Amino acid sequence: MSTVTLNVNGRLQTLNLDNRTTLLDALREHLHLTGTKKGCDHGQCGACTVIVDGQRINACLSLAVMHQGAKVTTIEGLGTPERLHPMQAAFVKHDGFQCGYCTSGQICSAIAVLEEIKVGVPSHASGDIAVQPLLSADELRERMSGNICRCGAYSNIVDAITEVASVATGRSA
Amino acid sequence: MKTFTYERPQSVQDAAAALANRKGAKVIAGGTNLLDLMKIEIETPSHLVDVNGLGLDKIEATPEGSLHVGALVTNTALASDMRVRRDYAVLSRAIVAGASGQLRNKATTGGNLLQRTRCPYFYDTNMPCNKRNPGSGCAALAGYSRQLAVIGTSDQCIATYPGDMAVAMRVLDATVETVNPAGTKRSIPIADFHRLPGTTPHIETALASDELITGVTLPPPVGGTHIYRKVRDRASYAFALVSVAAIFQKDGSGRVAFGGVAHKPWRVEAAELAMQQGAASVATRVFEGATPTHDNAFKIPLATRTLAGAMAEPRP
Repeated sequence: MSTVTLNVNGRLQTLNLDNRTTLLDALREHLHLTGTKKGCDHGQCGACTVIVDGQRINACLSLAVMHQGAKVTTIEGLGTPERLHPMQAAFVKHDGFQCGYCTSGQICSAIAVLEEIKVGVPSHASGDIAVQPLLSADELRERMSGNICRCGAYSNIVDAITEVASVATGRSA
Repeated sequence: MKTFTYERPQSVQDAAAALANRKGAKVIAGGTNLLDLMKIEIETPSHLVDVNGLGLDKIEATPEGSLHVGALVTNTALASDMRVRRDYAVLSRAIVAGASGQLRNKATTGGNLLQRTRCPYFYDTNMPCNKRNPGSGCAALAGYSRQLAVIGTSDQCIATYPGDMAVAMRVLDATVETVNPAGTKRSIPIADFHRLPGTTPHIETALASDELITGVTLPPPVGGTHIYRKVRDRASYAFALVSVAAIFQKDGSGRVAFGGVAHKPWRVEAAELAMQQGAASVATRVFEGATPTHDNAFKIPLATRTLAGAMAEPRP
């Protein structure tokens, strides 16, 4: 057992955990933040994507004890049903989901993707790797490839992200 | 997952000592491969040594004009570094061709070098596997081998090294820096770091059990056009059937290493002398002595064509 303190959605949480507990299980089973989903539990589907210290990660492939002092943002920390985060609102507007199981991970991932493009993280879809990446549909599809949607809402997900990105950069969608 | 104790050492030296002193100890960095394998009990460490927070996460230029990449530099940080994008673009391109954004944010330089094979029989604990259980046999030999190695194989193992990053490092002639508990440092050429399976497929690298990777050194930039081409079953987030890391110079010379074809990044320097004669001439020499199976014989023409495609790319 180990004790770990996490800052989850702005609240300090101290947990006494079996070392084997993943960050995903700590969030879901110990903090009862069940918005983050367990899909494959092997880093293949992206349903468990959360934002840790500003970066999206697969919560299923990370031990909670390795995140002492970390700032964790889950879907519950982004918005509420009354006050949706712009990415949540865009997913609703564009029908970016069907069953909804992958959606928390998709939204956390999408928010982090826009930040990654902003700070110039290159991708496999980037033509010239040495320059600022573009905000294109090809870039978004490539960068979102770690989030699987079995319902196949991909094109609407790209539309939702594009709208949020366009508002952020002042361009029309 | 089997139970384990967990330790955060205060220094690299302490980490190496912990590895040496605790039987069954293993280093954990990003954990993306290790935890996956621990969940299915292919990896069963009794003690985890967390090497985060030891200052191994920096990329620094050396006085000799090389670039030293700390073992804990994440895939994302390495691929995004402007010096790497400018001078070692093949490495940036290889890294972003692998895994997903989430995984690259966690996966580290040292950990990626130690990534284990994705052979389906290694993962299936109901099957014999000399890598997972030495002496049990190799189910892949008579099994489904489409993804597996075509050269450098043995009658005990036909698994591939699955990664992309190391293929680019091979073409860049990188060296892997290590330290042991006595403080002895080694610089291992990337060509010698990964081993062929031979009769000991469970021994995958030149790393000793009490040795820690501290970083990777990229030699001074060689210029040229840097290309990484990866062929896989879907457009993103899949392991390579074949990949090509290449650097072409204006005079027609070049270097090339192949991924997805062997137990290690596959490069035959002598074959590069044939670069001006075209992809087929190079590939004939690179794959001389290949032992493909019925399922994966397609990889050799695929590798040849992938190299031809790389050679046909515009060179600014």
